[in-house]
Amino acid sequence: MTDVQAPDRGVKRALRRMRKPQRLRNRELVLLIFSIALTLGAFVLVQFGALGELDTKVLGVVGVMCVLAIALHIALRIRASQADPFLVPVALLLTGLGTAMIYRLDLAYVTHWNMDSSSAGEHQMMYAMLSIALCIVLVWTLANYRVLFRYTYIFGLLGIVLLALPFIPFLNGGGNAVVWISIFGFNFQPGEIAKICLAVFFAGYLVRTRESLTSTGKRILGFTFPRAREFGPLLVIWLISMAIIVLQRDLGTGILIFGMFVAMLYVATGKTGWVLIGVVLAGAGAVAATFVMPYVHGRFEQWLHALDDDLYNAPANSSFQLVNGLFGMAHGGMFGTGLGQGRPDITPVAGSDYIIPSLGEELGLVGVFAILALYLIFASRGAHVGVAGQDDFGKLLSVGLSFTIALQVFIMVGGVTRVIPLTGLTTPFLAAGGSSLLANWLIVALLLRVSDAVRRQPRAVIG
Amino acid sequence: MTKEIRRLSIIVVCMFLALFVSTSVIQVVQAQSLSADERNKRTLYDSYDVRRGPIIAGGEQIARSTSTSDSYRFQRVYDDSEIWAGITGWFNPALNSATGIEQSMTQELSGLANSGFLARLNQIVTGQEARGSSIELTLDPDVQRAAYNALIEQGYKGAVVVSDPKTGKLLALVSTPGFDANAVASHDGTAANAAANDYASAEGDPLRNKAIDQLYQPGSTFKLVVAAAALASGDFTMDSTFENTATYTPKGTTREIGNAPFGTCGGSSSKTVTLADAIKYSCNVPMAQLAIKLGDDAIREQAEKFGFNSAFDLPLPTVASTIGTGLDAGETARLGFGQNKITATPLQVNMYTSAIANGGVEMNPLIVDQVVGDDLSVQKKYEPSEYGTPIDADIAKDVTEMMVSSVESGAATNARIEGVDVAGKTGTAENGDNDPYTLWFTGFAPADDPDVAVTVMVADGGGQGQSGDGNSIAAPIAKKVMEAVLAQ
Repeated sequence: MTDVQAPDRGVKRALRRMRKPQRLRNRELVLLIFSIALTLGAFVLVQFGALGELDTKVLGVVGVMCVLAIALHIALRIRASQADPFLVPVALLLTGLGTAMIYRLDLAYVTHWNMDSSSAGEHQMMYAMLSIALCIVLVWTLANYRVLFRYTYIFGLLGIVLLALPFIPFLNGGGNAVVWISIFGFNFQPGEIAKICLAVFFAGYLVRTRESLTSTGKRILGFTFPRAREFGPLLVIWLISMAIIVLQRDLGTGILIFGMFVAMLYVATGKTGWVLIGVVLAGAGAVAATFVMPYVHGRFEQWLHALDDDLYNAPANSSFQLVNGLFGMAHGGMFGTGLGQGRPDITPVAGSDYIIPSLGEELGLVGVFAILALYLIFASRGAHVGVAGQDDFGKLLSVGLSFTIALQVFIMVGGVTRVIPLTGLTTPFLAAGGSSLLANWLIVALLLRVSDAVRRQPRAVIG
Repeated sequence: MTKEIRRLSIIVVCMFLALFVSTSVIQVVQAQSLSADERNKRTLYDSYDVRRGPIIAGGEQIARSTSTSDSYRFQRVYDDSEIWAGITGWFNPALNSATGIEQSMTQELSGLANSGFLARLNQIVTGQEARGSSIELTLDPDVQRAAYNALIEQGYKGAVVVSDPKTGKLLALVSTPGFDANAVASHDGTAANAAANDYASAEGDPLRNKAIDQLYQPGSTFKLVVAAAALASGDFTMDSTFENTATYTPKGTTREIGNAPFGTCGGSSSKTVTLADAIKYSCNVPMAQLAIKLGDDAIREQAEKFGFNSAFDLPLPTVASTIGTGLDAGETARLGFGQNKITATPLQVNMYTSAIANGGVEMNPLIVDQVVGDDLSVQKKYEPSEYGTPIDADIAKDVTEMMVSSVESGAATNARIEGVDVAGKTGTAENGDNDPYTLWFTGFAPADDPDVAVTVMVADGGGQGQSGDGNSIAAPIAKKVMEAVLAQ
């Protein structure tokens, strides 16, 4: 009897292992431990550099954040064992570096600017924990991401509503741009979540209509241009983007949403004509905005003539912040001053828009390259899912989301390094701001889910 | 779809390539020029972390850094500060303020200048404490002390400039009253501010370096420039004569000009007086006649060749001496003896004196000799250079001759030194009907081969209102200083 059962048990064990192979998760664990070590190391260096001693209380809070990341890892082992192993470690490391820098700036504001206390770092850590927790919830509950496809138009509507929320007077959270809402004392940027909703909507919409979008068109100069009837959606999205730029005074979000749509449209239809029209529309919009909107015009001036003494000392639309960001990066040079040993606090609002110059100052060009490489890895994982997947909705969604992150990085880092005019977006995962962090970790959850589903699908053998 | 995703990925890679390039350009290619931008506060704050190099005069550290436990890490200490403060200035990171050499050579002192780049790199590689370069001055501590003490012993407020006329190197640059830079360099910002305010409102304006940063009527010392202009014009010689009257009223004016002391020039009964005697006895009447004949333009032209209307970069900041334009007859006549529309710094007076001493060749003034790195390598050497040749050698010789006779038996006899030919010229400048005089002596020794040019300026009449003159008050100071130099 036993002789017969023994091989049977072995086969069962092998089958179980085949059904739940944890190779990817083991790789993720190794990378995650590396990220956790770097995050804790960054905080320790900040404290030694800026305080000269260790503050174990803060390190404890960082520890809890890292434990939550481990919890996410365990949740993945149980619920989505085939999910991409790079996403969580990369996202955690970026979040960790960002929080470390924001906390570092708190210390500088107390030391150098006579502030009694500054707690942006603590808030950021709380938001990070909340974001990772929500990521766990989404990974756990969203067993099949294709549910989202069913609610395509609901998400589209939700996206528009979220963007419009700051216009409701009693919800408006103030500020220069109309992008904040305030509920029960909490400030939130609904535009960040709207971005995800619109990505879902675009993916669903394009999967449904791509046949009619691709079937016809005129060929001019070797490019296939779409017919006027199919041209409609592009025009609508363009108008929405322009409305965001003009009405909300939010150049960055407008460009981001439009760029995301054009990219997804191109991937869905394969028509270069769409891209050309998109670029032309974006260019026309930008030029028009420069002439009509003083704040956009100011951004262009700062971009072109940043180092001008007059512009530097101007009372309004001054290039002071931009130039001081450049000073900071130059100060860091190749290897940086070391964490906690530079003066990133000299640049105004160094923790949000200028988090990259702040990190560049203390980590040097080497550090900036490493951070950019992390973003590239993140974006490439999204593209990888897009290439490997067989479900068009999943492909489009993951490409759209990861491209959005990459575009956002380009707009922000390009803005502070004078590749393009600066627009007020958040640098994903790094910059201070709860809404942005939350939205980006929800993107992580979605990408994890789609990548898991892609790998679980039986591989079709296609030549 | 896969093909499009690949293409999109290439676009993403291109976007990131742009970022790799832009960050490299800022953090490597432009890093040096952005760091050198004067609006860049980080460079200033960086300098606090460096042990600033000392400022050295003749082997003595007159400014040095000591370690402290506060956030600025190093405290600047000034020894014998009253004597040197007008040159060193102070450096106070707590107030974010610096003056004097501390300000004008802060890049070198904090090791951030380009010349110190290799030394800094070496410090980084070997893990040594970052140290700035030291500034070695041309000043001679013995001469500086002699000049300072000579003024202070008499309670004079004034300035002494001592230079080597052949090189332009300054041997002393004294301004009294001095102040204690240590009080203003205190990291206790409130105390330092209070000290700075006290000094700013104190009697005698101690914070201002009277030798280079304050303008005075040069009085009769300017007669040297007028005489040089006359000889250079070719219309006059040392023997040219002028009417020898006790007073003179230029045509078209009503205010009369008199000699000091009142009477004919040198007490002579002769109807005429030569240019040589006018300089020897420092007579105003003949010089006023000469100025009218020369015209203000010729005098201004000569003065500008000597450096009037220009500032010098020591690299301490100096003010430019001034000479008016479009003068009327009365103003032109008074220009002949250095009054009214003319001001000069003691440095400027010393420079034209030095040019006369140096055969007509005027050297640029030098106060910094060299910048020396922590590793004792010379990072920058300040070489003597010519400012110009404002007068010919033979004119310089003639003027020297007149100055020698002035010290021998003329108006500057208190500067006589046993066994040495001294060339000199006094000045007693009026500042207003009831204001005390400004008293001057400027000269050099030995007259035939000068080692030293000394200019003494005593402000506020040396405490004697309108009763003192250049010979009784300024010349003895100059004598002591020249003796100190010649004794070496």
